[in-house]
Amino acid sequence: MKRRTFLKSLSAASAASALPIPAVWSSAKAQARQETLLVVSESGPNNVDIHGVGTNVPGYEVSWNCYDRLISHEMKTLPNGTQYYDRDKFKMELAEDMNVGDMSATFKLRKDAKFQDGTPVTAKDVKWSLDRAVSVGGFPTFQMGAGSLTKREQFVVVDDHTVRVDFIKKDRLTIPDLAVIVPCIINSGLVQKHATEKDPWGLEYTKLNTVGGGAYKMTKWQPGAEVILERNDDWKLGPQPKVRRIIWRMVPSAGNRRALLERGDADISYELPNKDFVELREAGKLSIVSTPFSNGCQYIGMNVTKPPFDNLKVRQAVAYAIPYQKIMDAALYGLAKPLYGSGLDKVKDAAWPVAHNYNTDIAKAKQLLAEAGYPNGFETSISFDLGFATINEPLCVLVQESLAQIGIKAEINKVTGANWRTELNKKTMPLYTNVFSGWLDYPEYFFIWCYHGRNSIFNTMGYQSKEMDAFIDGAGDAATAGNAAAYETNVKGFLDLAFTDIPRIPIFQPLSNVAMQKNVSGYQYWFHRRLDYRSLVKG
Amino acid sequence: MLRMVLKRLMLAIPSLIGVVIVTFLLTRALPGDPAAYFAGPAATEEAVAQIRKQLGLDQPLPQQFVRYVSDLSRGDMGVALTTGQPVAAEIMSRLPASAELTLLGLIVSVLIAVPLGILAATSPGSMIDHTCRIVTTAGVSLPVFFTGLVLVYFFYYQLGVAPAPLGRLDVYFSAPPQITGFYLIDSLIARDGETFVASLKQLILPAATLAIFALAPIARMTRASMLAVLGSEFVRTARASGLSPGTVIVTYAFRNAMLPVITTLGMVFSFLLGANVLVEKVFAWPGIGSYAVEALIASDFAPVQGFVLTMAVMYVMLNLLIDVLYGLIDPRVRIEA
Repeated sequence: MKRRTFLKSLSAASAASALPIPAVWSSAKAQARQETLLVVSESGPNNVDIHGVGTNVPGYEVSWNCYDRLISHEMKTLPNGTQYYDRDKFKMELAEDMNVGDMSATFKLRKDAKFQDGTPVTAKDVKWSLDRAVSVGGFPTFQMGAGSLTKREQFVVVDDHTVRVDFIKKDRLTIPDLAVIVPCIINSGLVQKHATEKDPWGLEYTKLNTVGGGAYKMTKWQPGAEVILERNDDWKLGPQPKVRRIIWRMVPSAGNRRALLERGDADISYELPNKDFVELREAGKLSIVSTPFSNGCQYIGMNVTKPPFDNLKVRQAVAYAIPYQKIMDAALYGLAKPLYGSGLDKVKDAAWPVAHNYNTDIAKAKQLLAEAGYPNGFETSISFDLGFATINEPLCVLVQESLAQIGIKAEINKVTGANWRTELNKKTMPLYTNVFSGWLDYPEYFFIWCYHGRNSIFNTMGYQSKEMDAFIDGAGDAATAGNAAAYETNVKGFLDLAFTDIPRIPIFQPLSNVAMQKNVSGYQYWFHRRLDYRSLVKG
Repeated sequence: MLRMVLKRLMLAIPSLIGVVIVTFLLTRALPGDPAAYFAGPAATEEAVAQIRKQLGLDQPLPQQFVRYVSDLSRGDMGVALTTGQPVAAEIMSRLPASAELTLLGLIVSVLIAVPLGILAATSPGSMIDHTCRIVTTAGVSLPVFFTGLVLVYFFYYQLGVAPAPLGRLDVYFSAPPQITGFYLIDSLIARDGETFVASLKQLILPAATLAIFALAPIARMTRASMLAVLGSEFVRTARASGLSPGTVIVTYAFRNAMLPVITTLGMVFSFLLGANVLVEKVFAWPGIGSYAVEALIASDFAPVQGFVLTMAVMYVMLNLLIDVLYGLIDPRVRIEA
């Protein structure tokens, strides 16, 4: 009895405390709400400079919105109406003109572009920023290298408003690589004032401050709790953004993020579990946009350097034993693009991701396993990253169950998020599930990382094949030379080989899910899958 | 009294040294490689090695320890990789958030549990005694994150009377100028009634969650201790002398029954700080517990060490405070000390 009256008195108290707010104040609040967008997500940035040491993915979102790049991508409209970045069409951002020559590209800068402190953007800033990206080491330098941008000498100041980027070799990924998040243009004068001998690139300063010329500037940041961005009204490089203020709150509990959306308190959210997205979509109170990850898929990987998975028949048996449809239904609630059961012996298009021709067929799997010399199966373990347990855990349980039917006893090995990368690096896990998605949306880009014999950390299977390397290199060379026919042959070549040799079994292409209120529009899908605030509109 | 305080503080030093060593070793024993974690999803092995060097993790353990202790002696707890901020500053800014919530939860709990315990003790076996038993059993057997989610579901999602579970203040309010770091107190100092009401509204549900959890030990301890005292001879004498029941219970019995209750309060406060971790997650509360958990998940050493050290210092202070309170309540304790 006491407890009930206590709870009653609590709700009475909160109802009573709702009364004394004056009406005048409420209208001010309503106006502030109109111009403010409340974003809720699970985690926030740890560093707002993408050149920083260990900047996390939420940090990329701040960088994307607060800095400009020389060039960016145009948008195209998908059949379902979603705005999607156009891989092949570039849009000028800080540059007003781009002239790509044989072994260099020349960029003319806009003369009216200014940093947020009012100093004009010059060629010197561009060179300094690109120099910084190839020099600081870690992820940014690595990403620049993916487009053959590795040396400071490649960036040449021609005059105050002209920069030339020299190519060390012909690479069709060089120009796209200048439109990713990393080559952002930084206010070099301002950062150099804060640079020290130990920290010549001023990383300590840019870690906490946005010092670019972008459409938004960060005005408040309470790590782990809140980020506030205000519109930069002097931004001239595109139409003025409609939203004046972005309040980005970190709400760790997925249930509460959903409650906030459903009550109409939060405007936009992503990273909700699939189950919530399906239910929200069915309820129909919110707009839900689901877009497949560009150039990405979740797969089951097998370590081909050691028995039993060095045996092709064993790998094929596993590929026939994966319960694909059950995974789609029970682990993903249908929110993914299936990559299995194509019904074709050879791939039809030179595109990626595409479906392979394996389907769940336990009898065939058993037979293949017997042919491989394991009629009674064997024992192994299946590992997954606990950081993405909502999908990985049911997926692995389903795979475990299905493998048991053909005699393979797989023990489930859960690896904490902090440890996952280390474990992948060791390349010793026999069987595991993982996701890879590349920023640059080209099939050969994915395959260089995941299948090439140079054994990058994403070739998690330890896969080595001269034939595969020849196809991948051939595709890259054909693309650079502009030889469409040779390109198609090579891409189809590596796709077919990847499916017949099957060192990893693609299962599905995950979807990037965004939920927003009905009055929020202008969402754009970008290769980095974070929000671009510039295009969002409220009301 | 002052001598006792100093003596107790001296005694705390060895335990603090122990805490420093143990947390250092424990965090190093955690699985996971912070360098690989922070090198990001597309890092090469060289990039990981580079980051390991930048973080000083390539040096031998004793060397890392010497560096850690010398930094610590200058009040530098290192920099958190997950948030990119100095640990000391983060803890200082987050501690008030946790402390405000925990204290309010404790106060609410005491206000309900102590009268409940006294009433149950004065009439054992009655309706009120059974109610006390049911309420406390229910409170302690519900996990805090569950109570928190249920409260959010009913009062925010269904009824809409509680504000959104979005931390210490509604999104459209700004925090009062910082003096104590307690929003309730700071907003009163700034004479800002609106902010006071807003932050109180945010506090109600999480504080209630903690209070429900803490009811049981306090109420049970009050009841048991009151029962013992009420059965003693001096109470019988007081009653026989014709003192009013109110005087007997409040002045004579309760004061004598307080010692074990105070001890329990100290313990409850410490485990409320622990339970806070979950409540903070549910209510997006920017407190010290959620900070430590996030750091732990990322194997980020510095904040974990800072958190454990801060907690150890707080426990030492809390125990000291309780001992001092003992002296005030029971003169015999003072003499023994």
